[in-house]
Amino acid sequence: MSTVRVEADRESCISAGRCMAANSSVFDQDDDGIVVVRTTHPAPEHRDSVRKAAYLCPAGAITLRSAP
Amino acid sequence: MTVDTALLPSYPQDRKCPYQPSPGYQELGGEGPLHRVRLFDGKWLWLVTGHSQGRRLLADPRMSADRSRADFPVVLPRFEAPIFKPLALIGFDPPTHSVHRRLLAPDFSLKHVRALRADVTALAHRLIDRITAKGAPADLLNDYALPIPSMVVSELLGVPYDDHEFFEARTVDLLQAKSPEGAEAAGQALWDYLDRLITAKERDAADDGVISRLASRVDGVDLTRDDLLRIALALLIGGHDTTSQMIAMGVVTLLEHPDQLDLLLADADLVPAAVDELLRVVSVTDVSGVRVALEDIEIDGYTVRKGEGVLVSSSMTNRDPEVYPDPYRVDVRRTAGSASRQHMTFGFGIHQCLGQNLARMELEVAFTVLFERLPTLRLAVPRADLAFRKGGTMQGVHTLPVAW
Ligand code: HEM
Ligand code: SF4
Repeated sequence: MSTVRVEADRESCISAGRCMAANSSVFDQDDDGIVVVRTTHPAPEHRDSVRKAAYLCPAGAITLRSAP
Repeated sequence: MTVDTALLPSYPQDRKCPYQPSPGYQELGGEGPLHRVRLFDGKWLWLVTGHSQGRRLLADPRMSADRSRADFPVVLPRFEAPIFKPLALIGFDPPTHSVHRRLLAPDFSLKHVRALRADVTALAHRLIDRITAKGAPADLLNDYALPIPSMVVSELLGVPYDDHEFFEARTVDLLQAKSPEGAEAAGQALWDYLDRLITAKERDAADDGVISRLASRVDGVDLTRDDLLRIALALLIGGHDTTSQMIAMGVVTLLEHPDQLDLLLADADLVPAAVDELLRVVSVTDVSGVRVALEDIEIDGYTVRKGEGVLVSSSMTNRDPEVYPDPYRVDVRRTAGSASRQHMTFGFGIHQCLGQNLARMELEVAFTVLFERLPTLRLAVPRADLAFRKGGTMQGVHTLPVAW
């Protein structure tokens, strides 16, 4: 299986924190409450929760791409 | 297109069971994802009961939340009060919405909220101490469910908790008013109160919570003083009635499902998932969001035309069988992995509840401390004697007598 690359659009983030609740080793929030991606290429065991984070994000700020 | 509204089902309809949607909505949910329903003023809007359709519509930038628009649907008479028209955040579209939401984000982030947990736990214990000292019966609403969110939001905003009787009563008057005039009077009282409070904070250059922090940011462009007042009002009224009624209705639901309560008590790790299941089941606001279409929108064979209103039902989207197998069952173990956190109780899209992390934490603490301290908790009156709110969308109980 190919790996995924995680991107988060800090402009559209509304700080709901759903991503961090789904996976706090890949997603974090900075002091302003805005999403920070800690690892753009998460390990395979995080793949499901990262996908879930993208689904839960109310602002559609998280995108997953298949990484080369 | 003209629609003969006389033939449409009416909205809202009262629940028969406190934690299940009204039988009329349940019937509609079985017929499809979108339905025309008639409002009190004879107009109609789209009631959305499909989960996927609700999600997509609330995330669609062609849907406006601007309550000052002439075509914005009025769901209840009280929402005709001028005070509701420019309601901060929830009633604004981008770019104003984005600017205001950004200003508030730091105070509501998951991290900030997690840091408040120990204080909220201590508060819950103090309230139980008081309840046990007084002896049974207690009114769990006024002695526990209301003071927790009310004190938390006062502290967060920097509103003196000593004024809690005033702002709690006026909030209920505002949100439960039967007429626009009643809502306006209550809203104006809160407005004047916050206006005086902000003036005092400006004078003293206070540094005690969100209101002070924002008062120092008022620049007349991105944030006017009126904006600040509206934001303070939205946080004050949004912050305690919803959460307190969710605590109360959650307790009623748990007491009626002792097997689920036992599961919860046996496994502290289950608490967050159980809270999300209770949020799903109770759907305390009954509504995920109200919007008006700015353009024609095609969705799964339906056309929502420009100017038509849309109301996404949380109680029904939360029971879409495509997402929740056996949707009417209360199941605190609903797989945390796939479904449990997709509920629509906090809405979806850019207006998704700003206070959701705070509310989740308060609920986790409230249920945990309550049942840990009073494991034999029970209703002190027959369930049939409990009086629930009628005639609106926001659910609730008037008092909750309990013994232990
Ligand atoms: C169980 C408790 C709660 C429930 C069920 C709830 C529900 C909701 C829902 C459904 C929305 C979206 C409305 C829409 O899209 O039109 C919303 C928005 C909002 N809520 Fe909550 N809420 C709760 C607690 C809180 C708390 C504790 C606060 C603040 C202290 C709060 C503040 C807000 C604000 C400011 C908005 C508007 C956000 C925006 O428009 O960007 N809520 N809430
Ligand atoms: S879930 Fe989306 S909106 Fe919320 S913090 Fe994460 S990226 Fe931002």
